[in-house]
Amino acid sequence: MSDLLAARSQMAVSLAFHIIFAIIGIAMPVLMVIAERRWHQTKDPVYLDLARRWARGTAILFAVGAVSGTVLSFELGLLWPRFMELAGPLIGMPFSLEGFAFFTEAIFLGVYLYGWDKVSPRAHLTAGILVAVSGAASGIFVVIANAWMNTPTGYAVIDGIMQAVDPIAALKTPAAFPQALHMTLAAYAATGLGVAGIHALLLLRNRTNMFNRAALTIGLLVGVPAAILQPVSGDIAARYVARRQPAKLAAMEAVYTTQAGAPLKVIPGVNIPYALSLLAFHDPKAVVKGLDSIPADEHPNVGVVHLSFNVMVALGTYMAIVSLWAGWLVLRKRDLAARPRLLWALVIAAPCGFIATEAGWMVTEVGRQPWIVYGVIRTADAVTPMPGLIVPFTTITLLYGVLGGVVGWILYRQIIRSPRT
Amino acid sequence: MLVLSHTLAAIILAALTAYVLLGGADFGGGMWDLLADGPRKTRQRELIARAIGPVWEANHVWLILALVLLFTCFPRAFARIAIALHIPLTLMLIGIVLRGSAFVFQIYGGGGGRVFAIASLVTPVLLGMCVGAIAAANIGQAGGIPGGGFHALYVATWLTSFSLAVGLFTLTCFAFLAAVYLTLETPDPELQGDFRLRAIGAGVWVLMMAALALAVAPHRNVVDHRIAALVGIAALITFLALWKRRYGVARIAAAAEVALILWGWGVAQFPYMLPPDLTIAGAAAPPRTLNLALLALILGAIVLFPSLYYLFKVFKTRAI
Repeated sequence: MSDLLAARSQMAVSLAFHIIFAIIGIAMPVLMVIAERRWHQTKDPVYLDLARRWARGTAILFAVGAVSGTVLSFELGLLWPRFMELAGPLIGMPFSLEGFAFFTEAIFLGVYLYGWDKVSPRAHLTAGILVAVSGAASGIFVVIANAWMNTPTGYAVIDGIMQAVDPIAALKTPAAFPQALHMTLAAYAATGLGVAGIHALLLLRNRTNMFNRAALTIGLLVGVPAAILQPVSGDIAARYVARRQPAKLAAMEAVYTTQAGAPLKVIPGVNIPYALSLLAFHDPKAVVKGLDSIPADEHPNVGVVHLSFNVMVALGTYMAIVSLWAGWLVLRKRDLAARPRLLWALVIAAPCGFIATEAGWMVTEVGRQPWIVYGVIRTADAVTPMPGLIVPFTTITLLYGVLGGVVGWILYRQIIRSPRT
Repeated sequence: MLVLSHTLAAIILAALTAYVLLGGADFGGGMWDLLADGPRKTRQRELIARAIGPVWEANHVWLILALVLLFTCFPRAFARIAIALHIPLTLMLIGIVLRGSAFVFQIYGGGGGRVFAIASLVTPVLLGMCVGAIAAANIGQAGGIPGGGFHALYVATWLTSFSLAVGLFTLTCFAFLAAVYLTLETPDPELQGDFRLRAIGAGVWVLMMAALALAVAPHRNVVDHRIAALVGIAALITFLALWKRRYGVARIAAAAEVALILWGWGVAQFPYMLPPDLTIAGAAAPPRTLNLALLALILGAIVLFPSLYYLFKVFKTRAI
């Protein structure tokens, strides 16, 4: 394994691990706040129990998210020092703002988790709302920094070296909006449907359990709208990619030759004529650039990107369909717990959002290669000169493997097993 | 321009100071968890967990803030540090991950108390070793001279007797802060007494480790001499206050003692960020970035300080 590949793999493992905890940390506070608000309104102890249990789970997941996020912020320099040296003055802005958002999140999460008996009910709920808002904000700032790597702005190239010029222009990078929207919705869709799926499984065993019914409803309340909106935001994001990063789009759709009226390859052998041009440019006759129009040494890994993209789209579509189904039943005031087929569909949807999120990051990160800053700095030129990077890669992978296992075991033991009511 | 980069360097040192005074004490708490002893062993551990629980994550963010400001405002220094100190920083990160995770696992009944305590012990040593490598003027050279072997470039810079001494010194400082703070976290005079004795003991260790670090220092100017005198005065006040059981005074004096050590280091190597060759101004990002970072800091502070005050008011009423 080359040092470059080891560094990329370590970054991939660190991101893949952190993103799970990050999206749960963004969305769970919303579920907790809804449960607590319902408790205030109805005085039904089921909601208080729910809010407290979710808070316990969130405490564990947030802590692991915070420390694995710290690892990532150091790894930006440990693995890619040349990138940070050149890009730091530009992407430092969103990271600085993220620092303060994260501060707010950590402070009020402390108040929320440990303050049940120390602050007034209203102050407690407000702390939860602040955690939810600052969590979303800190996710958005980090995604803006990543968006800048896809559509860099605010720099000048002098003597072949990138120079930071305008950090505000960098903050307003074109990919910021579509990426931040797509990622924020992903957090709510994955977590909301994840929670709904877990409690759907428990309801299949015992459909009268009030605790699980309440949890299912709140999970759907957060997950369903996000999962339904996600294909729309995906469309916006894909059209940005089509215009700004043609090589990434070509890899996503495995387009080898430039063509007008390009078909969409659904699965091998099944093509929908004109559909790709229509999706990417909202024009059935539009020309889609193929990999043949891009120098060979600037091609991303088509196999990985294309497969990841299809996995993401397939799972996202499934989640949107199940969400429409559940939403339709809710609007017609049907009892979801009495619909085993829907419950099973939700159980299957539970891991989908997390897998789709991982696949989506594979698309955007592998699809940007061989660039670390698209069209400006190559990943190979940014890697640390230190040899033997397979050692930290292996170490971090083992650490996260063990940690992931322990977290799963504790969550199962402490949180998911529902009270026997 | 010159003034602006120096202001931001001072803010980074201030954030690092906040991390040491607050986050450092959380690591020190982990060490006292490991060393819990005597008839009140369990109650000591409970007190430590109760003191750390609500605040450790917020305290941890000071490190992130210092790091982010470093790569935003002084990207050249950040890149050099990240290359030369790759190994100890990676080890420190593993310590940070294990400490934080094991702490929550322990609270939520998953075990992991041992891992929490041992990671609390190792992580501060590694942090101190990195600081020691910078203070010894090893990082500027390592980043600047290519072509040396692996050991010369990535190990010899930080694996020195001086770095190790600074690492152990950092550990004793954190343990000292934690013990002093813990006297204020409980109304129980017995527990207060336990941590009073530990604070006095750790305070002696701090002075011995400081002497050791100075004895093996590669050059005379690792700490500014005038500030070192102030550190001595603060140490004396801390001991007196602990002796007289004036814990509120002891806390302020102990925090001042440790903060002054950090600033003594900063002043001693001024105007260099990474001695012997990289100055603060030379490592700085373009002025536009520095201006915006300062603006972000001011806006952030408006949100941050009232929130922090609220957090400490809710959970540290006894201590405030």
